[in-house]
Amino acid sequence: MYRYDEFDRQFVTQRVAQFRDQANRRLAGELTEDEFRPLRLMNGLYLQLHAYMLRIAVPYGTLSSRQLNTLALIAEKWDRGYGHFTTRQNIQFNWIKLEDTADILDTLAGVEMHAIQTSGNCIRNVTTDQWAGAAADELADPRPVGELVRQWSSLHPEFSYLPRKFKIAVTGSPNDRAAVKVHDIGLRLHLNDKGKRGWEVLVGGGLGRTPVIGVTVRDFLPEQELIAYLEAIMRVYNLYGRRDNKYKARIKILVHELGADKFRAEVEAEYARRPHADTKVEERELQRITTYFAPPQFEKLPRWSATFEEARGKNKDFANWVRTNVAAHRVDGYAIVSVSLKPEGGIPGDATADQMRTVADLALRHAFDEIRVSHHQNLVLPHVRRDDLFAVWKILNAAGLAASNIGLAGDIIACPGLDYCSLATARSIPIAQSISRRFADLNRQHEIGPLRINISGCINACGHHHVGHIGILGLDKKGEEYYQITLGGSSSENASIGTILGPGFAGEDVPDAIEKIVNTYLARRQPGEEFLSAYRRLGPQPFKEALYAAA
Amino acid sequence: MTTTTEKGKILTANRLRDGEVVFLTHSGQWSENIDGAVLATEPQAQAALEARGKEDEHVNLVTGVYLFEAERRDGHVFASHIKERIRSLGPTVRTDLGKQAEGKGGHFDALQGV
Repeated sequence: MYRYDEFDRQFVTQRVAQFRDQANRRLAGELTEDEFRPLRLMNGLYLQLHAYMLRIAVPYGTLSSRQLNTLALIAEKWDRGYGHFTTRQNIQFNWIKLEDTADILDTLAGVEMHAIQTSGNCIRNVTTDQWAGAAADELADPRPVGELVRQWSSLHPEFSYLPRKFKIAVTGSPNDRAAVKVHDIGLRLHLNDKGKRGWEVLVGGGLGRTPVIGVTVRDFLPEQELIAYLEAIMRVYNLYGRRDNKYKARIKILVHELGADKFRAEVEAEYARRPHADTKVEERELQRITTYFAPPQFEKLPRWSATFEEARGKNKDFANWVRTNVAAHRVDGYAIVSVSLKPEGGIPGDATADQMRTVADLALRHAFDEIRVSHHQNLVLPHVRRDDLFAVWKILNAAGLAASNIGLAGDIIACPGLDYCSLATARSIPIAQSISRRFADLNRQHEIGPLRINISGCINACGHHHVGHIGILGLDKKGEEYYQITLGGSSSENASIGTILGPGFAGEDVPDAIEKIVNTYLARRQPGEEFLSAYRRLGPQPFKEALYAAA
Repeated sequence: MTTTTEKGKILTANRLRDGEVVFLTHSGQWSENIDGAVLATEPQAQAALEARGKEDEHVNLVTGVYLFEAERRDGHVFASHIKERIRSLGPTVRTDLGKQAEGKGGHFDALQGV
């Protein structure tokens, strides 16, 4: 189980005390907002539409039941009884008071949690595959390397005043579930023919107002060179990254302006220039960190579970859920369970305190006390015995947490949008809800097959609309909300940025538009062909015709 | 009964200690309810509101003051932009929360879902 070490413990405790003092000084009028804002942002505290918002880091999306129960407690004691899981594998509370925040951070520190690196122009908390350490297709658990990067980057004095925020994602599987190609730096694990580990280093991906797929600067970086090489990238960025224009300050703009080859040459020159003795990744150190992520004591179980097969044969709802929400585990007799936070007509990513406790309790009893948060805004129980799946499903179902829609039309990503966010230009949640209701028929969702619908309420793209198979972007046209639709995006290993289809739609017309797109796909797909493949074969034209043909 | 409509600007901010959305009133206090807001129709009066708000920023009562366009009809204030309507009511997707649920919402219906 992930834990932070003694150094972190001391540091986080000190940080809470510092923040308490800063908040008190702010409330007493000794600090102005301009002085205080960067300090609160360094501790994940934003000011949003209705109140302050606290964004809490969930490192690698990994939580214990004790931690999730503490989040439930915070929801009830200091918020309005719920929290919102985000596309950065974190959680946000929407109704926080400044005067309570130090107490909340103190409570979090009690369970080794904090809100550091969730805001500001620093290296943000590292994200990864929500199935890390469990997936059958994984080469190795990517979290130890994520943690190595985290330990190196936390409070790194040289990288605490970057031109702009900086996001790093890591995957240990060839099937990328961590969207590494749309991060400032993406790391993909490869094994060479001798079984030796190396990392493909991608730089300059990102979403926001300028969506870009990252470029590979190294195909196979030996693991011991990882930190030194990342340092070279950060130095080039820190030196040349633009600070004159916030919208051109991300590393993707630098990579684009220099060109991939020149950028790579700069990094290599910087890398060659310096001795790396102090940043060499020691085998022993990586081993030490790896013990933080030691796999649970799996039992030796048969691959086939009679209990499971019998339940699946008898209960159609359970069988449907298994089809979408249960994935193959690397250990026989176990499975990965996705807990959908996307009930029909619900708010994507929201969970009540009671639901958090239900999941925490299930994790404790059935999943070696582990919970994960996915960037799709769902929760995961990564290690469940196949024998226990039916029992787990029954409890989830009773708690409204068993929507059988993972990866389907109902599993919509949506940012908080204008209902909560002060940056938003339009609402996202009501659009997600209306689409979810339109595609409520689960049989139809299964018939349509894998489909990612992602919605952002502004150009900053927290809802990852550029990489949705269907992307929806909410904008403001003279005080009215309207929505632009893109098709063909993907955040997988074959990542692509979606193409804008044409003029936008009023909110109430969006479900019809989505339905036309889906129907066009259904009419034209080849046997077994998924939405994204069909779009890539057909191109945007038939979809444009369906959407914009004269009525 | 005649309907009177006044157009102008009102001053808003978030209260420092808890982030609550507040509006500057005629008496120079901050109201949680948009209907309590003073509506300034003339640029000079608007500038005066802003100056008053800045003072309260300096003494740390509120933060992030700004003016927005609104109109008063029969004693009720209607914000012209959707963002301000949401701020004066609460989230449209959780009408059980925020000002609208606490009897301090604006005197207009929440925006509907779509």
